[in-house]
Amino acid sequence: MKIKMNGEEKQLEKEVNILELLVTQKVQMPEMVSVELNGEIVDRDDFEKTLIKENDVIELLYFMGGGGFGF
Amino acid sequence: MDFNDQQIERYSRHIILSEVGVEGQQKLLDAKVLVIGTGGLGAPATIFLAAAGVGTIGLVDADKVDLSNLQRQIIHQTKDVGKLKVISGKETINEMNPDVNVITYDTFANASNILDIIKDQDYDFIIDGTDNFSAKFLINDACVLAKKPFSHAGIIRFNGQLTTYIPDNNTPCYRCIFKEAPPEGAVPTCSQAGVLGVMGGVIGTLQATEAIKYILGIGENLAGYLLTYDAITMEFRKIKIKHNAKCSVCGNDPTIKELIDTDYKPPVCGI
Repeated sequence: MKIKMNGEEKQLEKEVNILELLVTQKVQMPEMVSVELNGEIVDRDDFEKTLIKENDVIELLYFMGGGGFGF
Repeated sequence: MDFNDQQIERYSRHIILSEVGVEGQQKLLDAKVLVIGTGGLGAPATIFLAAAGVGTIGLVDADKVDLSNLQRQIIHQTKDVGKLKVISGKETINEMNPDVNVITYDTFANASNILDIIKDQDYDFIIDGTDNFSAKFLINDACVLAKKPFSHAGIIRFNGQLTTYIPDNNTPCYRCIFKEAPPEGAVPTCSQAGVLGVMGGVIGTLQATEAIKYILGIGENLAGYLLTYDAITMEFRKIKIKHNAKCSVCGNDPTIKELIDTDYKPPVCGI
């Protein structure tokens, strides 16, 4: 199954939900990521029930502070 | 429009641009920009705003200059270590451009004072140069409530990002993208963090660009987009972001209608 994630094409072996996607794509700090699916921000509470489908476009948007402390 | 000879020479590379001209330069001299946080992002943003001749610049910070700041916070110098950042910033600007009136706020922005600071000079544009999430949500919510345009930015390691909020424009705000601050345990410890010094320069300068373009009324702002920069792969990406109708501050049924201190907990991690 082909998807586009952060501008790059990726192959997924099977259909997964967003939580599983974050694990399989080795996202180190999933709590620090906001997910946009086909142009819409997905509510964090809906990550588990939202399935990724063929040709979906996903953007993982990272929380960023100032680098001084914390993050 | 009454420029003296020195001003005509100082701003000649602006004035020669058909998109700026004498009128645009006058707009910059008449403009008021508030920079909250005079660190990695705020320092380079402020330097370029001052050089550009933005007539009034407000600086908000309660920190003092630390030696570890100087790797990236280019408005401060070695002789300034131990000095209040807003004073150090003001001195640097005064030496560089006497046209700029610098207003200093020797405090951290919080829910009780931020709206008063924004109203103090009725600032035209606000730059978020802070380094922690609670301050970023505070600035976002204050600007949405006060209907002020602002530039959000963040940097970490070799990455940076920014977006611009324009009120009454169906622009997504920071909270549309990031609903709330991540849980405390998710935030890496100080020793894990770090940032390449130039990241603030790249992203802070882009924030200044957004402010200047907004003041001049030229081009497209990053309203509705998150621009990301990865210095390792040397890639910029412009990601389209929609306004979130469920956003708790700018959505159809907002729950944040005023600023309450306890909603914006300061970071637990010291320097």
